[in-house]
Amino acid sequence: MRNVWIILRNELRRYFVSPVAYLLLTMFAVIFGFFFWNSLGYFVYVGMESQMRGQPFPMNVNEQIIRPLLSNMSVVGLFFIPMITMRLFAEEKRSGTIELLATSPIRDAEVIIGKWLAAMGVYACMLLFSGLNFVFLFRYGKPDWKPLLIGVLGLLLQAGALLAIGTFISTLTKNQIIAAGATFGVCLLLWILEWVAGYETSTWARVLSYMSVITHYESFARGVLDLKDAIYYVTLIFLGLFFTSRSMESLRWRS
Amino acid sequence: MITVKELTKRYARNTAVDNISFEVRKGQIVGFLGPNGAGKTTTMRVLTCFLPPTSGSAVVAGFDVLEQPLEVKRRIGYLPESPPLYPEMATTEYLTFVGQLKGLSGADLRKRVDAVCDRCAIADVKTKLLGRLSKGYRQRVGLAQAIIHNPDVLILDEPTAGLDPKQINETRELIRKLGGDHTIILSTHILSEVEQTCEQVIIINKGKLVATDSVHNLQNRARGAESVLVEVAGRNGALDPATVQERLAQISGVSGVVLKEKRDSRAIFEVETRKGGLVRGDLARAVVESGWDLNELRPAARSLEEVFLQLVGDESQAQAGGTAASGQKQ
Repeated sequence: MRNVWIILRNELRRYFVSPVAYLLLTMFAVIFGFFFWNSLGYFVYVGMESQMRGQPFPMNVNEQIIRPLLSNMSVVGLFFIPMITMRLFAEEKRSGTIELLATSPIRDAEVIIGKWLAAMGVYACMLLFSGLNFVFLFRYGKPDWKPLLIGVLGLLLQAGALLAIGTFISTLTKNQIIAAGATFGVCLLLWILEWVAGYETSTWARVLSYMSVITHYESFARGVLDLKDAIYYVTLIFLGLFFTSRSMESLRWRS
Repeated sequence: MITVKELTKRYARNTAVDNISFEVRKGQIVGFLGPNGAGKTTTMRVLTCFLPPTSGSAVVAGFDVLEQPLEVKRRIGYLPESPPLYPEMATTEYLTFVGQLKGLSGADLRKRVDAVCDRCAIADVKTKLLGRLSKGYRQRVGLAQAIIHNPDVLILDEPTAGLDPKQINETRELIRKLGGDHTIILSTHILSEVEQTCEQVIIINKGKLVATDSVHNLQNRARGAESVLVEVAGRNGALDPATVQERLAQISGVSGVVLKEKRDSRAIFEVETRKGGLVRGDLARAVVESGWDLNELRPAARSLEEVFLQLVGDESQAQAGGTAASGQKQ
Protein backbone atom coordinates (compact mmCIF):
# COMPACT_ATOMS: atom_id res chain seq x y z
CA MET A 1 0.00 0.00 0.00
CA ARG A 2 2.82 2.35 0.94
CA ASN A 3 4.49 1.75 -2.41
CA VAL A 4 1.28 2.48 -4.31
CA TRP A 5 1.06 5.79 -2.45
CA ILE A 6 4.70 6.64 -3.31
CA ILE A 7 4.13 5.99 -7.00
CA LEU A 8 0.78 7.78 -6.99
CA ARG A 9 2.21 10.88 -5.35
CA ASN A 10 5.19 10.99 -7.66
CA GLU A 11 3.03 10.59 -10.78
CA LEU A 12 0.62 13.30 -9.67
CA ARG A 13 3.48 15.64 -8.91
CA ARG A 14 4.92 15.05 -12.37
CA TYR A 15 1.53 15.70 -13.99
CA PHE A 16 1.23 18.99 -12.16
CA VAL A 17 4.77 20.34 -12.61
CA SER A 18 4.42 19.89 -16.36
CA PRO A 19 1.87 21.86 -18.38
CA VAL A 20 -0.02 18.65 -19.22
CA ALA A 21 -2.42 18.70 -16.28
CA TYR A 22 -3.17 22.40 -16.60
CA LEU A 23 -3.82 22.12 -20.31
CA LEU A 24 -6.24 19.24 -19.75
CA LEU A 25 -7.98 21.02 -16.88
CA THR A 26 -8.39 24.22 -18.89
CA MET A 27 -9.57 22.55 -22.09
CA PHE A 28 -12.07 20.41 -20.23
CA ALA A 29 -13.33 23.38 -18.24
CA VAL A 30 -13.82 25.47 -21.40
CA ILE A 31 -15.71 22.71 -23.19
CA PHE A 32 -17.73 21.85 -20.11
CA GLY A 33 -18.52 25.54 -19.60
CA PHE A 34 -19.76 25.82 -23.17
CA PHE A 35 -22.05 22.81 -22.80
CA PHE A 36 -23.28 24.12 -19.46
CA TRP A 37 -24.03 27.58 -20.83
CA ASN A 38 -25.72 26.02 -23.84
CA SER A 39 -28.06 23.72 -21.93
CA LEU A 40 -28.79 26.41 -19.35
CA GLY A 41 -29.69 28.85 -22.12
CA TYR A 42 -31.96 26.29 -23.75
CA PHE A 43 -33.57 25.52 -20.38
CA VAL A 44 -34.33 29.20 -19.76
CA TYR A 45 -35.65 29.61 -23.33
CA VAL A 46 -38.03 26.64 -23.00
CA GLY A 47 -39.16 27.93 -19.60
CA MET A 48 -40.02 31.40 -20.95
CA GLU A 49 -41.75 29.89 -23.98
CA SER A 50 -44.01 27.69 -21.87
CA GLN A 51 -44.92 30.62 -19.61
CA MET A 52 -45.78 32.88 -22.53
CA ARG A 53 -48.08 30.23 -24.04
CA GLY A 54 -49.81 30.04 -20.68
CA GLN A 55 -49.62 26.26 -20.57
CA PRO A 56 -46.99 25.36 -17.92
CA PHE A 57 -44.59 22.71 -19.23
CA PRO A 58 -43.04 20.39 -16.61
CA MET A 59 -39.55 21.72 -16.04
CA ASN A 60 -36.86 19.71 -14.25
CA VAL A 61 -33.26 20.82 -13.75
CA ASN A 62 -32.05 17.24 -13.31
CA GLU A 63 -33.74 15.96 -16.45
CA GLN A 64 -33.12 18.93 -18.70
CA ILE A 65 -29.71 20.23 -17.67
CA ILE A 66 -27.76 17.73 -15.63
CA ARG A 67 -28.61 14.58 -17.55
CA PRO A 68 -27.70 15.83 -21.05
CA LEU A 69 -24.66 17.59 -19.62
CA LEU A 70 -23.33 14.41 -18.03
CA SER A 71 -23.98 12.39 -21.19
CA ASN A 72 -22.07 14.95 -23.21
CA MET A 73 -19.22 14.90 -20.74
CA SER A 74 -18.95 11.12 -20.91
CA VAL A 75 -18.33 11.49 -24.65
CA VAL A 76 -15.99 14.48 -24.32
CA GLY A 77 -14.01 12.49 -21.75
CA LEU A 78 -13.14 9.95 -24.46
CA PHE A 79 -11.05 12.61 -26.18
CA PHE A 80 -9.15 13.58 -23.05
CA ILE A 81 -8.31 10.11 -21.77
CA PRO A 82 -5.55 9.36 -24.31
CA MET A 83 -3.81 12.58 -23.31
CA ILE A 84 -3.80 11.51 -19.68
CA THR A 85 -2.53 7.97 -20.17
CA MET A 86 -0.11 8.34 -23.09
CA ARG A 87 2.89 9.22 -20.96
CA LEU A 88 2.36 6.74 -18.11
CA PHE A 89 4.69 4.01 -19.35
CA ALA A 90 5.79 5.20 -22.80
CA GLU A 91 7.77 8.07 -21.27
CA GLU A 92 9.45 5.83 -18.69
CA LYS A 93 10.42 3.39 -21.41
CA ARG A 94 11.90 6.11 -23.57
CA SER A 95 13.89 7.84 -20.83
CA GLY A 96 15.06 4.58 -19.22
CA THR A 97 13.50 5.35 -15.85
CA ILE A 98 11.54 2.12 -16.21
CA GLU A 99 14.82 0.43 -15.22
CA LEU A 100 14.74 2.29 -11.92
CA LEU A 101 11.21 1.11 -11.18
CA ALA A 102 11.92 -2.44 -12.33
CA THR A 103 15.03 -2.78 -10.17
CA SER A 104 13.50 -1.26 -7.03
CA PRO A 105 12.01 -3.48 -4.33
CA ILE A 106 8.45 -2.83 -5.45
CA ARG A 107 5.94 -5.05 -7.22
CA ASP A 108 4.73 -4.46 -10.78
CA ALA A 109 1.17 -4.38 -9.49
CA GLU A 110 2.01 -1.53 -7.12
CA VAL A 111 3.53 0.50 -9.96
CA ILE A 112 0.54 -0.13 -12.22
CA ILE A 113 -2.11 0.66 -9.62
CA GLY A 114 -0.22 3.76 -8.48
CA LYS A 115 -0.01 5.07 -12.03
CA TRP A 116 -3.62 4.25 -12.82
CA LEU A 117 -4.81 5.98 -9.64
CA ALA A 118 -2.75 9.05 -10.58
CA ALA A 119 -4.48 9.14 -13.96
CA MET A 120 -7.81 8.81 -12.14
CA GLY A 121 -6.75 11.68 -9.92
CA VAL A 122 -6.12 13.94 -12.91
CA TYR A 123 -9.51 13.02 -14.37
CA ALA A 124 -11.19 13.64 -11.02
CA CYS A 125 -9.52 17.07 -10.87
CA MET A 126 -10.89 17.83 -14.33
CA LEU A 127 -14.41 16.93 -13.17
CA LEU A 128 -14.06 18.84 -9.92
CA PHE A 129 -12.74 21.95 -11.63
CA SER A 130 -15.51 21.94 -14.23
CA GLY A 131 -18.15 20.77 -11.77
CA LEU A 132 -17.94 24.16 -10.05
CA ASN A 133 -20.60 25.19 -12.58
CA PHE A 134 -23.12 23.03 -10.76
CA VAL A 135 -22.89 25.39 -7.79
CA PHE A 136 -25.03 27.85 -9.80
CA LEU A 137 -27.74 25.24 -10.28
CA PHE A 138 -27.94 24.69 -6.55
CA ARG A 139 -27.78 28.44 -5.86
CA TYR A 140 -30.67 29.36 -8.17
CA GLY A 141 -32.62 26.13 -8.39
CA LYS A 142 -33.42 23.02 -6.44
CA PRO A 143 -31.99 20.06 -8.32
CA ASP A 144 -31.91 16.64 -6.68
CA TRP A 145 -28.29 15.94 -5.74
CA LYS A 146 -28.48 12.12 -5.62
CA PRO A 147 -28.80 11.57 -9.40
CA LEU A 148 -25.95 14.04 -9.88
CA LEU A 149 -23.69 12.06 -7.57
CA ILE A 150 -24.56 8.80 -9.31
CA GLY A 151 -23.90 10.46 -12.64
CA VAL A 152 -20.46 11.61 -11.48
CA LEU A 153 -19.74 8.15 -10.08
CA GLY A 154 -20.63 6.76 -13.50
CA LEU A 155 -18.25 9.21 -15.18
CA LEU A 156 -15.47 8.11 -12.84
CA LEU A 157 -16.14 4.42 -13.48
CA GLN A 158 -16.25 4.94 -17.22
CA ALA A 159 -13.04 6.96 -17.15
CA GLY A 160 -11.45 4.31 -14.91
CA ALA A 161 -12.15 1.66 -17.52
CA LEU A 162 -10.80 3.73 -20.40
CA LEU A 163 -7.80 4.88 -18.38
CA ALA A 164 -6.96 1.24 -17.60
CA ILE A 165 -7.05 0.48 -21.33
CA GLY A 166 -4.92 3.55 -22.01
CA THR A 167 -2.42 2.47 -19.36
CA PHE A 168 -2.13 -0.90 -21.05
CA ILE A 169 -1.58 0.67 -24.47
CA SER A 170 1.09 2.95 -23.00
CA THR A 171 3.16 -0.10 -21.99
CA LEU A 172 3.27 -1.28 -25.60
CA THR A 173 5.35 1.53 -27.05
CA LYS A 174 8.09 4.03 -26.33
CA ASN A 175 6.33 6.64 -28.40
CA GLN A 176 3.76 8.80 -26.61
CA ILE A 177 2.09 9.86 -29.86
CA ILE A 178 1.51 6.24 -30.83
CA ALA A 179 0.17 5.47 -27.34
CA ALA A 180 -2.23 8.43 -27.53
CA GLY A 181 -3.33 7.61 -31.08
CA ALA A 182 -4.01 3.96 -30.35
CA THR A 183 -5.85 4.76 -27.11
CA PHE A 184 -7.96 7.31 -28.91
CA GLY A 185 -8.81 4.76 -31.59
CA VAL A 186 -9.90 2.20 -29.01
CA CYS A 187 -11.92 4.78 -27.06
CA LEU A 188 -13.66 5.88 -30.22
CA LEU A 189 -14.40 2.32 -31.24
CA LEU A 190 -15.85 1.53 -27.81
CA TRP A 191 -18.13 4.52 -28.27
CA ILE A 192 -19.39 3.96 -31.83
CA LEU A 193 -20.11 0.28 -31.22
CA GLU A 194 -23.33 1.57 -29.74
CA TRP A 195 -24.49 2.90 -33.10
CA VAL A 196 -25.20 -0.57 -34.49
CA ALA A 197 -28.13 -0.86 -32.14
CA GLY A 198 -29.77 2.02 -34.00
CA TYR A 199 -30.74 -0.06 -37.06
CA GLU A 200 -30.02 -3.67 -36.15
CA THR A 201 -31.70 -5.92 -33.62
CA SER A 202 -29.80 -9.17 -34.24
CA THR A 203 -27.90 -10.87 -31.42
CA TRP A 204 -24.62 -9.62 -32.84
CA ALA A 205 -25.77 -6.05 -32.86
CA ARG A 206 -26.94 -6.39 -29.28
CA VAL A 207 -23.62 -7.91 -28.20
CA LEU A 208 -21.69 -5.14 -29.95
CA SER A 209 -23.82 -2.43 -28.46
CA TYR A 210 -23.51 -4.05 -25.06
CA MET A 211 -19.72 -3.74 -25.36
CA SER A 212 -19.94 0.01 -25.88
CA VAL A 213 -18.89 2.14 -22.92
CA ILE A 214 -21.59 4.67 -23.73
CA THR A 215 -24.47 2.19 -23.54
CA HIS A 216 -23.61 1.50 -19.94
CA TYR A 217 -23.46 5.14 -19.04
CA GLU A 218 -27.13 5.82 -19.85
CA SER A 219 -28.44 4.45 -16.55
CA PHE A 220 -25.88 6.50 -14.58
CA ALA A 221 -26.87 9.66 -16.47
CA ARG A 222 -30.49 9.04 -15.54
CA GLY A 223 -29.35 8.85 -11.93
CA VAL A 224 -29.97 5.14 -11.59
CA LEU A 225 -27.26 2.96 -10.12
CA ASP A 226 -27.57 -0.24 -12.12
CA LEU A 227 -25.30 -2.98 -10.79
CA LYS A 228 -25.03 -4.56 -14.24
CA ASP A 229 -23.47 -1.40 -15.66
CA ALA A 230 -21.21 -0.84 -12.67
CA ILE A 231 -19.92 -4.41 -13.02
CA TYR A 232 -19.26 -3.83 -16.71
CA TYR A 233 -16.95 -0.91 -15.90
CA VAL A 234 -15.24 -2.65 -12.99
CA THR A 235 -14.60 -5.68 -15.19
CA LEU A 236 -13.08 -3.46 -17.85
CA ILE A 237 -10.85 -1.81 -15.23
CA PHE A 238 -9.61 -5.19 -14.02
CA LEU A 239 -9.07 -6.42 -17.54
CA GLY A 240 -7.12 -3.31 -18.52
CA LEU A 241 -4.89 -3.44 -15.45
CA PHE A 242 -4.40 -7.20 -15.81
CA PHE A 243 -3.24 -6.79 -19.41
CA THR A 244 -0.93 -3.99 -18.23
CA SER A 245 0.72 -6.31 -15.73
CA ARG A 246 1.08 -9.06 -18.36
CA SER A 247 2.59 -6.55 -20.75
CA MET A 248 5.04 -5.29 -18.12
CA GLU A 249 6.06 -8.84 -17.39
CA SER A 250 6.61 -9.56 -21.06
CA LEU A 251 8.85 -6.48 -21.39
CA ARG A 252 11.36 -8.43 -19.36
CA TRP A 253 11.22 -11.51 -21.51
CA ARG A 254 11.33 -9.73 -24.83
CA SER A 255 13.22 -6.52 -24.20
CA MET B 1 28.51 -11.82 -2.46
CA ILE B 2 27.67 -12.57 -6.07
CA THR B 3 27.70 -16.06 -7.52
CA VAL B 4 26.88 -16.60 -11.16
CA LYS B 5 26.64 -20.15 -12.42
CA GLU B 6 26.39 -21.18 -16.06
CA LEU B 7 24.34 -18.13 -16.84
CA THR B 8 22.88 -17.96 -20.33
CA LYS B 9 20.60 -15.30 -21.77
CA ARG B 10 19.13 -15.78 -25.19
CA TYR B 11 17.09 -13.26 -27.10
CA ALA B 12 14.86 -14.13 -30.03
CA ARG B 13 17.69 -14.15 -32.53
CA ASN B 14 20.98 -14.13 -30.68
CA THR B 15 22.64 -15.35 -27.53
CA ALA B 16 23.77 -12.34 -25.53
CA VAL B 17 25.37 -14.21 -22.65
CA ASP B 18 26.63 -17.74 -23.12
CA ASN B 19 27.28 -19.98 -20.15
CA ILE B 20 29.13 -17.56 -17.88
CA SER B 21 30.22 -18.43 -14.35
CA PHE B 22 32.05 -16.20 -11.91
CA GLU B 23 32.13 -15.18 -8.31
CA VAL B 24 32.66 -11.87 -6.54
CA ARG B 25 33.71 -11.68 -2.90
CA LYS B 26 32.43 -9.16 -0.41
CA GLY B 27 34.01 -5.70 -0.59
CA GLN B 28 35.71 -6.28 -3.94
CA ILE B 29 35.65 -3.89 -6.87
CA VAL B 30 35.33 -5.92 -10.02
CA GLY B 31 35.74 -4.60 -13.55
CA PHE B 32 33.51 -6.12 -16.12
CA LEU B 33 35.42 -5.69 -19.32
CA GLY B 34 34.58 -6.31 -22.92
CA PRO B 35 34.10 -4.64 -26.28
CA ASN B 36 30.73 -3.08 -27.07
CA GLY B 37 28.03 -5.69 -27.47
CA ALA B 38 29.91 -8.32 -25.47
CA GLY B 39 27.01 -8.94 -23.10
CA LYS B 40 28.06 -6.75 -20.18
CA THR B 41 24.78 -4.87 -19.88
CA THR B 42 22.73 -8.04 -20.26
CA THR B 43 24.64 -9.76 -17.46
CA MET B 44 24.15 -6.74 -15.23
CA ARG B 45 20.45 -6.64 -16.02
CA VAL B 46 20.16 -10.26 -14.96
CA LEU B 47 21.96 -9.47 -11.69
CA THR B 48 19.58 -6.58 -11.01
CA CYS B 49 16.52 -8.77 -11.71
CA PHE B 50 15.60 -6.59 -14.67
CA LEU B 51 15.89 -9.55 -17.05
CA PRO B 52 15.37 -13.20 -16.13
CA PRO B 53 18.11 -15.60 -17.25
CA THR B 54 17.30 -18.17 -19.92
CA SER B 55 19.20 -20.79 -17.95
CA GLY B 56 21.70 -20.96 -15.13
CA SER B 57 21.49 -19.11 -11.86
CA ALA B 58 22.64 -15.89 -10.25
CA VAL B 59 22.75 -15.41 -6.50
CA VAL B 60 23.22 -11.86 -5.19
CA ALA B 61 23.76 -11.19 -1.47
CA GLY B 62 22.49 -14.66 -0.68
CA PHE B 63 19.25 -14.49 -2.69
CA ASP B 64 18.46 -16.01 -6.06
CA VAL B 65 17.43 -13.45 -8.68
CA LEU B 66 14.58 -15.62 -9.92
CA GLU B 67 13.24 -16.89 -6.63
CA GLN B 68 13.49 -13.84 -4.37
CA PRO B 69 13.83 -10.81 -6.63
CA LEU B 70 12.44 -8.37 -4.04
CA GLU B 71 15.12 -9.38 -1.52
CA VAL B 72 17.83 -8.99 -4.15
CA LYS B 73 16.48 -5.60 -5.22
CA ARG B 74 16.55 -4.40 -1.62
CA ARG B 75 20.28 -5.08 -1.48
CA ILE B 76 21.48 -3.70 -4.80
CA GLY B 77 22.05 -0.25 -6.16
CA TYR B 78 22.03 0.03 -9.93
CA LEU B 79 23.22 2.73 -12.25
CA PRO B 80 22.11 1.90 -15.80
CA GLU B 81 24.03 3.08 -18.83
CA SER B 82 22.01 6.29 -18.99
CA PRO B 83 21.07 7.49 -15.51
CA PRO B 84 17.34 6.97 -14.92
CA LEU B 85 16.38 10.58 -14.19
CA TYR B 86 13.07 12.40 -14.43
CA PRO B 87 13.98 15.71 -16.11
CA GLU B 88 11.11 17.64 -14.51
CA MET B 89 12.15 16.80 -10.94
CA ALA B 90 14.65 18.61 -8.73
CA THR B 91 17.66 16.74 -7.37
CA THR B 92 16.55 16.29 -3.76
CA GLU B 93 12.98 15.64 -4.81
CA TYR B 94 14.21 12.86 -7.06
CA LEU B 95 16.57 11.35 -4.48
CA THR B 96 13.75 11.41 -1.91
CA PHE B 97 11.49 9.56 -4.31
CA VAL B 98 14.14 6.92 -5.05
CA GLY B 99 14.84 6.57 -1.32
CA GLN B 100 11.15 5.94 -0.70
CA LEU B 101 11.08 3.36 -3.48
CA LYS B 102 13.96 1.58 -1.78
CA GLY B 103 12.07 1.55 1.51
CA LEU B 104 13.51 4.53 3.41
CA SER B 105 11.33 7.06 5.19
CA GLY B 106 11.25 9.93 7.68
CA ALA B 107 14.36 11.37 9.27
CA ASP B 108 16.43 8.43 8.06
CA LEU B 109 15.56 9.28 4.47
CA ARG B 110 16.40 12.96 4.90
CA LYS B 111 19.74 12.05 6.44
CA ARG B 112 20.59 9.69 3.59
CA VAL B 113 19.65 12.26 0.93
CA ASP B 114 22.02 14.77 2.51
CA ALA B 115 24.72 12.15 2.92
CA VAL B 116 24.69 11.03 -0.71
CA CYS B 117 24.55 14.63 -1.92
CA ASP B 118 27.77 15.31 -0.01
CA ARG B 119 29.39 12.08 -1.04
CA CYS B 120 28.69 12.51 -4.73
CA ALA B 121 29.44 16.27 -4.71
CA ILE B 122 26.01 17.34 -5.91
CA ALA B 123 25.10 19.46 -2.89
CA ASP B 124 25.31 22.62 -5.00
CA VAL B 125 22.59 21.48 -7.42
CA LYS B 126 20.10 20.25 -4.82
CA THR B 127 17.25 22.46 -5.98
CA LYS B 128 18.00 22.40 -9.71
CA LEU B 129 15.84 20.48 -12.17
CA LEU B 130 17.51 17.30 -13.36
CA GLY B 131 16.78 18.15 -16.98
CA ARG B 132 19.02 21.22 -16.69
CA LEU B 133 22.07 19.48 -15.21
CA SER B 134 25.24 18.89 -17.18
CA LYS B 135 26.24 15.37 -18.15
CA GLY B 136 28.73 15.10 -15.29
CA TYR B 137 26.17 16.11 -12.69
CA ARG B 138 23.55 13.81 -14.17
CA GLN B 139 25.96 10.91 -13.89
CA ARG B 140 26.71 11.80 -10.28
CA VAL B 141 23.03 12.10 -9.40
CA GLY B 142 22.67 8.66 -10.99
CA LEU B 143 25.41 7.36 -8.72
CA ALA B 144 23.81 9.05 -5.69
CA GLN B 145 20.53 7.36 -6.59
CA ALA B 146 22.27 3.97 -6.65
CA ILE B 147 23.80 4.31 -3.17
CA ILE B 148 20.91 6.07 -1.42
CA HIS B 149 19.83 2.99 0.54
CA ASN B 150 23.40 1.97 1.33
CA PRO B 151 23.18 -1.31 -0.61
CA ASP B 152 25.52 -4.26 -0.15
CA VAL B 153 26.08 -4.55 -3.87
CA LEU B 154 26.56 -1.77 -6.40
CA ILE B 155 26.16 -2.45 -10.09
CA LEU B 156 27.40 0.34 -12.33
CA ASP B 157 27.01 0.18 -16.08
CA GLU B 158 29.69 2.32 -17.71
CA PRO B 159 29.78 4.88 -14.90
CA THR B 160 32.28 7.15 -16.66
CA ALA B 161 30.87 7.08 -20.19
CA GLY B 162 30.56 10.53 -21.70
CA LEU B 163 32.35 12.42 -18.95
CA ASP B 164 35.28 14.77 -19.38
CA PRO B 165 38.71 13.69 -18.05
CA LYS B 166 38.39 15.62 -14.79
CA GLN B 167 34.95 14.17 -14.10
CA ILE B 168 36.21 10.70 -14.99
CA ASN B 169 38.93 11.00 -12.37
CA GLU B 170 36.48 12.26 -9.76
CA THR B 171 34.04 9.45 -10.49
CA ARG B 172 36.78 6.82 -10.27
CA GLU B 173 37.95 8.29 -7.00
CA LEU B 174 34.41 8.13 -5.69
CA ILE B 175 34.03 4.50 -6.77
CA ARG B 176 37.31 3.58 -5.10
CA LYS B 177 36.12 5.19 -1.87
CA LEU B 178 32.85 3.31 -2.03
CA GLY B 179 34.76 0.08 -2.45
CA GLY B 180 35.36 -0.48 1.23
CA ASP B 181 31.75 -0.91 2.32
CA HIS B 182 30.18 -2.05 -0.91
CA THR B 183 30.79 -4.85 -3.33
CA ILE B 184 31.00 -3.19 -6.72
CA ILE B 185 30.71 -4.48 -10.26
CA LEU B 186 31.38 -1.89 -12.91
CA SER B 187 31.34 -2.45 -16.60
CA THR B 188 33.53 -0.60 -19.01
CA HIS B 189 35.29 -0.90 -22.31
CA ILE B 190 38.05 1.42 -21.15
CA LEU B 191 41.02 -0.57 -19.91
CA SER B 192 42.83 2.07 -17.94
CA GLU B 193 39.70 2.41 -15.86
CA VAL B 194 40.00 -1.18 -14.76
CA GLU B 195 43.72 -0.79 -14.07
CA GLN B 196 43.02 2.21 -11.88
CA THR B 197 39.91 1.25 -9.97
CA CYS B 198 39.46 -2.50 -9.88
CA GLU B 199 41.10 -5.36 -8.05
CA GLN B 200 39.56 -8.09 -10.12
CA VAL B 201 38.73 -8.27 -13.81
CA ILE B 202 36.19 -10.32 -15.65
CA ILE B 203 36.70 -10.17 -19.40
CA ILE B 204 33.91 -11.24 -21.70
CA ASN B 205 33.68 -11.19 -25.45
CA LYS B 206 30.71 -12.11 -27.63
CA GLY B 207 28.84 -13.41 -24.60
CA LYS B 208 31.60 -15.76 -23.51
CA LEU B 209 33.87 -15.54 -20.51
CA VAL B 210 37.44 -14.98 -21.69
CA ALA B 211 39.29 -14.52 -18.42
CA THR B 212 38.71 -13.78 -14.78
CA ASP B 213 41.69 -12.86 -12.65
CA SER B 214 43.20 -10.11 -10.56
CA VAL B 215 44.45 -7.08 -12.46
CA HIS B 216 47.99 -7.78 -11.28
CA ASN B 217 48.02 -11.40 -12.42
CA LEU B 218 46.53 -10.54 -15.72
CA GLN B 219 49.23 -7.98 -16.45
CA ASN B 220 51.92 -10.48 -15.55
CA ARG B 221 50.28 -13.27 -17.44
CA ALA B 222 50.70 -11.73 -20.83
CA ARG B 223 53.98 -10.08 -20.06
CA GLY B 224 56.13 -13.18 -20.55
CA ALA B 225 59.09 -11.73 -22.41
CA GLU B 226 60.05 -8.21 -21.41
CA SER B 227 61.28 -5.67 -23.83
CA VAL B 228 63.43 -2.67 -22.97
CA LEU B 229 63.88 0.60 -24.79
CA VAL B 230 67.47 1.90 -24.81
CA GLU B 231 68.55 5.30 -26.06
CA VAL B 232 72.25 5.57 -26.80
CA ALA B 233 74.27 8.65 -27.80
CA GLY B 234 77.79 8.89 -29.19
CA ARG B 235 80.13 10.98 -27.05
CA ASN B 236 81.77 13.08 -29.77
CA GLY B 237 78.91 13.46 -32.19
CA ALA B 238 79.27 10.30 -34.21
CA LEU B 239 77.54 7.03 -33.61
CA ASP B 240 77.32 3.93 -35.75
CA PRO B 241 74.08 2.19 -34.91
CA ALA B 242 75.20 -1.10 -36.40
CA THR B 243 78.09 -1.34 -33.92
CA VAL B 244 75.82 -0.62 -30.99
CA GLN B 245 73.30 -3.16 -32.22
CA GLU B 246 75.99 -5.80 -32.49
CA ARG B 247 77.35 -5.02 -29.03
CA LEU B 248 73.92 -5.19 -27.38
CA ALA B 249 73.05 -8.44 -29.10
CA GLN B 250 76.09 -10.08 -27.54
CA ILE B 251 74.74 -9.69 -24.00
CA SER B 252 73.45 -12.95 -22.60
CA GLY B 253 69.69 -13.06 -22.19
CA VAL B 254 69.03 -10.78 -25.14
CA SER B 255 67.08 -12.42 -27.92
CA GLY B 256 66.86 -9.57 -30.37
CA VAL B 257 67.77 -5.93 -30.93
CA VAL B 258 65.80 -3.66 -33.25
CA LEU B 259 66.76 -0.12 -34.23
CA LYS B 260 63.65 1.93 -33.60
CA GLU B 261 64.82 5.44 -34.39
CA LYS B 262 68.02 7.27 -35.37
CA ARG B 263 68.57 10.99 -34.94
CA ASP B 264 72.01 12.61 -35.48
CA SER B 265 74.23 10.98 -32.92
CA ARG B 266 71.41 9.33 -30.96
CA ALA B 267 69.68 6.04 -31.57
CA ILE B 268 66.83 4.19 -29.86
CA PHE B 269 66.82 0.41 -29.76
CA GLU B 270 64.18 -1.99 -28.61
CA VAL B 271 65.85 -4.91 -26.87
CA GLU B 272 63.84 -8.12 -26.57
CA THR B 273 64.84 -10.33 -23.68
CA ARG B 274 64.13 -13.97 -23.03
CA LYS B 275 61.55 -14.90 -20.48
CA GLY B 276 62.72 -14.16 -16.96
CA GLY B 277 65.88 -12.44 -18.16
CA LEU B 278 66.93 -9.42 -16.10
CA VAL B 279 69.34 -7.64 -18.37
CA ARG B 280 68.84 -3.96 -17.69
CA GLY B 281 72.01 -3.72 -15.60
CA ASP B 282 74.08 -5.55 -18.18
CA LEU B 283 72.73 -3.33 -20.92
CA ALA B 284 73.68 -0.15 -19.08
CA ARG B 285 77.18 -1.42 -18.30
CA ALA B 286 77.77 -2.53 -21.89
CA VAL B 287 76.77 0.85 -23.27
CA VAL B 288 78.88 2.87 -20.85
CA GLU B 289 81.92 0.59 -21.06
CA SER B 290 81.91 0.85 -24.85
CA GLY B 291 82.30 4.62 -24.52
CA TRP B 292 78.76 5.68 -25.41
CA ASP B 293 76.32 7.71 -23.37
CA LEU B 294 73.23 6.05 -22.00
CA ASN B 295 70.42 8.61 -22.33
CA GLU B 296 67.48 6.48 -21.41
CA LEU B 297 66.66 2.95 -20.35
CA ARG B 298 63.08 1.96 -19.68
CA PRO B 299 60.92 -1.14 -19.87
CA ALA B 300 58.43 -1.09 -22.71
CA ALA B 301 55.67 -2.17 -20.34
CA ARG B 302 52.71 -3.89 -21.82
CA SER B 303 49.47 -2.32 -20.79
CA LEU B 304 46.35 -4.20 -19.92
CA GLU B 305 45.20 -3.08 -23.31
CA GLU B 306 47.61 -5.42 -25.04
CA VAL B 307 46.67 -8.22 -22.67
CA PHE B 308 43.05 -7.65 -23.44
CA LEU B 309 43.53 -7.52 -27.19
CA GLN B 310 45.64 -10.64 -26.97
CA LEU B 311 43.01 -12.51 -24.96
CA VAL B 312 40.13 -11.36 -27.11
CA GLY B 313 42.20 -11.99 -30.24
CA ASP B 314 43.06 -15.55 -29.14
CA GLU B 315 39.40 -16.17 -28.55
CA SER B 316 38.32 -15.01 -32.01
CA GLN B 317 41.19 -16.90 -33.62
CA ALA B 318 40.15 -20.05 -31.82
CA GLN B 319 36.63 -19.48 -33.01
CA ALA B 320 37.75 -18.86 -36.57
CA GLY B 321 39.85 -22.02 -36.41
CA GLY B 322 36.87 -23.92 -35.06
CA THR B 323 34.59 -22.88 -37.86
CA ALA B 324 37.25 -23.65 -40.43
CA ALA B 325 37.70 -27.12 -38.97
CA SER B 326 33.99 -27.82 -38.89
CA GLY B 327 33.78 -26.52 -42.45
CA GLN B 328 36.31 -29.10 -43.54
CA LYS B 329 34.38 -31.88 -41.90
CA GLN B 330 31.30 -31.22 -43.97
